[in-house]
Amino acid sequence: MTSAGITAFGAYIPRLRLNRASIAAAHKWAMPGLRGMAKGERSMCNWDEDAITMAVEAARDCLTGRERSDIGGVYFASTTLPFLDRQNAGVISAALNLEHGISSLDIAGSQRAGTSALIAALRGADTGDTLLAAADARKARPASSGEMQFGHGAAALTIGTGNIIARLVGSYTVTTDFVDHFRGEGQEFDYGWEERWIREEGYSKIVPQAVKAVLDKSGIAGSKISRFVMPCTMKGIPEKIAKDFGIPAEAVADTMGEVCGDTGAAHALLMLVAALEKAKPGDLILVASFGQGADAILLEVTDAITKLPKREGVSGALARGRREEDYMKFLSFQDNVKLDWGMRGEVDNKTALSSEYRNKDMVTGFTGGKCTVCGTVQFPRTHYCVNPNCQALDSQEPYSFADSPARVMSFTADWLSYNPSPPFFYGQVQFETGGRVLMGFTDTDAGQIEVGSSLKMMFRIKDFDHDRGYRRYFWKAAPVSTGKEA
Amino acid sequence: MARGIRDKVAIIGMGCSKFGERWDANAEDLIVEAFNEALTDAGIEKNQIEAAWFGTAFDRVHVGASALPLSTALRLSSIPVTRVENMCATGTEALRGATYAVASGACDIALALGVEKLKDTGYGGLPAGSRGPLPDLWVPNGSAPGNFAQLATAYSAKHGVSAKDLKEAIGHVSWKSHQNGAKNAKAHLQKPVPMETILGAQMIAEPLGLFDCCGVSDGSACAIVTTPEIAKALGKHDIVSIKALQLCLSDGVESTFNTWDGSHFATTRVAAKKAYEEAGIKDPRKELSMIEVHDCFSITELVTMEDLYISAEGQAVKDVMDGFYDADGPVPCQIDGGLKCFGHPIGASGLRMVYEVYLQLLGRAGPRQLKNPTFGLTHNLGGAPHSNVSAISVIGRYN
Repeated sequence: MTSAGITAFGAYIPRLRLNRASIAAAHKWAMPGLRGMAKGERSMCNWDEDAITMAVEAARDCLTGRERSDIGGVYFASTTLPFLDRQNAGVISAALNLEHGISSLDIAGSQRAGTSALIAALRGADTGDTLLAAADARKARPASSGEMQFGHGAAALTIGTGNIIARLVGSYTVTTDFVDHFRGEGQEFDYGWEERWIREEGYSKIVPQAVKAVLDKSGIAGSKISRFVMPCTMKGIPEKIAKDFGIPAEAVADTMGEVCGDTGAAHALLMLVAALEKAKPGDLILVASFGQGADAILLEVTDAITKLPKREGVSGALARGRREEDYMKFLSFQDNVKLDWGMRGEVDNKTALSSEYRNKDMVTGFTGGKCTVCGTVQFPRTHYCVNPNCQALDSQEPYSFADSPARVMSFTADWLSYNPSPPFFYGQVQFETGGRVLMGFTDTDAGQIEVGSSLKMMFRIKDFDHDRGYRRYFWKAAPVSTGKEA
Repeated sequence: MARGIRDKVAIIGMGCSKFGERWDANAEDLIVEAFNEALTDAGIEKNQIEAAWFGTAFDRVHVGASALPLSTALRLSSIPVTRVENMCATGTEALRGATYAVASGACDIALALGVEKLKDTGYGGLPAGSRGPLPDLWVPNGSAPGNFAQLATAYSAKHGVSAKDLKEAIGHVSWKSHQNGAKNAKAHLQKPVPMETILGAQMIAEPLGLFDCCGVSDGSACAIVTTPEIAKALGKHDIVSIKALQLCLSDGVESTFNTWDGSHFATTRVAAKKAYEEAGIKDPRKELSMIEVHDCFSITELVTMEDLYISAEGQAVKDVMDGFYDADGPVPCQIDGGLKCFGHPIGASGLRMVYEVYLQLLGRAGPRQLKNPTFGLTHNLGGAPHSNVSAISVIGRYN
């Protein structure tokens, strides 16, 4: 019996949920048929979110109530890696303030990048827990079915050998170069083949090979499966496959199409997290994912799941949603339309890489200082303590602000500064542990905040350097309330 | 304790260009316009100037680095010319340099000149750009109105003033400056504006609307200073002297420690106390004849009334609404229109304020002349409420 398994889980879905009816309404003049897909909402990144920022948030959720010092590796699975050559997992590791002596790896190239990374992590589980984050923020051509079906989101798991909440029973992978869709070098959008062919020759023939193999190998009957997790945007496929293997109909997991959309390489793991949130000890969870073959992973939930500290998970992420009706905002955030932002939008956002490296703990890790003489917490960490009654020299030890609760001290909604989602909310943020920082706010609506409102920190894109294809990240303050009540 | 600068230096000549969108003028034109007025006023020859201080802030959209633009524009031969920059306090810093040089005896006559040519950016408001390799990584890309607007939320929360009442009070601040600017032929904005227009204007950074923001202008202002003894020797009878020059900068406490509440300027409070002591002023509310403060935004002026200890803490809204700072009130504020209407060419603003006090003290302020002013205060505030440079000068008659 293998001794590896999942030790914790976390999820993140961007707060904005685009009403699919607004997509259909925008394209009605040309593609009236899209109306048939216009049910529910799809998640969409705010302008300052990407696969890295979503992965960081899912990972933070996954690491709730847990020491980070024994994380031995970071895997990051995505088909929308913000950087083609610069390790994306390294950004996540820095944002999470993980140790330097760990392995890190980006895994890409297929919709099953998430599950394949999970199999690799489970097989390699021996030196400390591996953190696996999967995130995708796929772009879709306007009026394509992908624009309707896709969502943006992330899931994270830790994989190890101790305190396992879901033990690996078995896994099996089929690899075959079945090109249902592809996105070639330099291309923004997917190009896909006929849906009927994908359904009949792809999903219906390839996924069952992997499912059969893992069930046979494990000696488990389909009827014992408590939850069958299989992402698929085509109706009825997971149900059909389940039926063929004797998996109970009620075990088939919801694909979250109506509330979130398909989150690409993250989706199988996001659905797995949703399953784990509701799982009981002894449950058998079968995960199947499709993409140039198929992965099948069979997991058995253990007693330890009942002791896992409370976290946001998929249910928390879904509850944080705010419906977005503005299709033009979505287009602009996706860079699918170029608005005239005026000359203030022309500022050169070139990043001094040497400065960014020198200050990466401060900026990426949101690390300030705590004075060992007077105890004052401060950001940034400087040579002289800021407390006017102390001013000790070189007295500060690193202090992370990322998980400190905070409140609005003062703020404004700025219509003058360039911001891709005006107005730009920013202000003085007072941390409850002490320390204050002038910060940009994100995920904030008019009327949602006032002096004293609770804030939490989120890892976001600070600026894009479109001329050079770079982006820089920092932390922003987000209201703890969802804004639904505003 | 040091004796301070009071009455050690006299202003013998001042000049100020027309402020505004000077599509017709380069920085050199503005410099010469202000300087020639001052030189004529002083009644000296250019070659009697022994040292000069040149203040200008936004070099990247303007004249470039160094003091060469001044020395070249005025053909200042073989004298030291120093460039100074301290955000919106730049003009006052130039005056401080020239004043201290004269007071030290290093030279007899010195020039302070500030200039800013802002209207070549192609857009309204101050120029946007990089803040440097480290701040770019984490400081929000906010604007000046956005930073100062935060005073309003913090002030409302602290003093329990409703957003509506505060908006009306800051509206009155701007209304009053527009009334005053209408009597100033050199002002950028010379039209009175009704309150409804001010309150209903387009939002720039909540709660600041368009009329809560000062003009972004081109302009230049300058002063020629010497000792009172030399001024007399030059035949000057009615002598204006510098009573105080104070400067206070944030040390990071407001932005980084936990004590500042966001509703006021800690630096201005320090500089004001020191300036009153240096000038020998005991009760500013009674003794000051006029004030020219840094009304970059209406909310800045309102809270500054408290930071200068003229209005009691929490009482500025009442004083403003009572007309205490109006042209016919006990302490007229921005009698020349202020930054709001005279305009705000950054490097020139501090000297422009002194120019107005100088005119008023000498009875040369024309349609806006106040009755028998004795002390005038000028105040500059550069940066943002949480991190700034605050400069205060007191100018008066030399006895």
